[in-house]
Amino acid sequence: MKKQFMEGLLTKNPVLVQLLGLCSTMAISTSLFNGIGMGVSVTIILICSNVLISALRKVIPSNIRIAAYIVIIAGFVTMVDLLIQAFLPDLAESLGVFIPLIVVNCIVLGRAEAFASKNGVGASALDGLFQGIGYTVALVIICIVRELLGNGTFGGGLLNGGEGIQIIPADFGAKILTMPFGGFLVLGLLIAASQWLVKRMEKKEKEGNK
Amino acid sequence: MSSELQTLLGILLSALLTENFILVKFYGICPFMGVSKKIGTAIGMGAAVTFVMGVACAATWAVDNFLLIPLDLQYMQTLAFILVIASIVQVVEMFLKKSVPSLYQALGIYLPLITTNCAVLGAALVNAQAGEGFRAGFLPSVLFGVAGGLGFTLAIVLFASVRIKVDKSNCPECFKGFPIALIAAGLIALAFMGFSGLKVF
Repeated sequence: MKKQFMEGLLTKNPVLVQLLGLCSTMAISTSLFNGIGMGVSVTIILICSNVLISALRKVIPSNIRIAAYIVIIAGFVTMVDLLIQAFLPDLAESLGVFIPLIVVNCIVLGRAEAFASKNGVGASALDGLFQGIGYTVALVIICIVRELLGNGTFGGGLLNGGEGIQIIPADFGAKILTMPFGGFLVLGLLIAASQWLVKRMEKKEKEGNK
Repeated sequence: MSSELQTLLGILLSALLTENFILVKFYGICPFMGVSKKIGTAIGMGAAVTFVMGVACAATWAVDNFLLIPLDLQYMQTLAFILVIASIVQVVEMFLKKSVPSLYQALGIYLPLITTNCAVLGAALVNAQAGEGFRAGFLPSVLFGVAGGLGFTLAIVLFASVRIKVDKSNCPECFKGFPIALIAAGLIALAFMGFSGLKVF
């Protein structure tokens, strides 16, 4: 279980290593509120769809499995979408079309195909949880960096009545980081950092074995 | 110029440049990063996506206006649209396999993956949220899909030509491959920001 957790968080992180679900990662990572909201939604959908697909894996015929998975995922996404619209209208507005677009987020379909269709219900639920946490962590890091360096705030939408705590004076913020360019740049740097970290860990493990 | 024509021109220009699907809106990043290693396949992918987006926008418009809205089932949009898109991609795949096998071979695995391209579903959903008036009509909806696909093609072809050079460049070990490609894509996005002053409507 610990191995599965580390895989989700770092060595097989869906965003940083498997490079899945990049659209939403870059598009909405401009405030902490967005990041946590999106991360939690995707995690819930991942757990639910993994559990259901794993439970139905012997019933679904293999040649139409992708279509069946998409329908299951779309069902859960619609539920989460309606719940967010009802209880968190602010979040619904700032995430916009990217909540329904979780349907085509490759992470969810990827885990269904690669894990849930081959493993039991319990293991699939855990896999969904850990992969979701990995996605959320990567998303939150990008959000914090872009928000802090772009607007000089921390926790926008959540803390201090939605304004966020001003850490760097707003005039010094590099506004460019809140624009599309910042999304590409910060994600690129974060993937580079994670590759460096994974390589270093592998090296240490090899030395430890000797 | 009549206001309708102006709206159409506005949709075309904004989907191509100011609101480019990939570089500004972040729809369809996965195929953008996946199929941009060669210019030839990038063009093929762009053409396939443009075609699917045009047909998908027409079909989802019909489903939305003749089925979902009259029956008051708009909350089923996501589910209905993804099914429509999946079946269109399936039909395109079968058609290409029979009649243009060479293109079918070249696109390979990326052809069925058009289903999970956010750009297609994204365009359909944006159309569905357009509300009332001329913008929500059939022609603007289809044009939005086709123009978005052309914007996708433009971005992916530009990026493929940059990437050929970037892949051969000498950069720190941990930046090799994906990270440096993302940063290069960011620089193209930066260039596209220059279009943002261009407001047609």
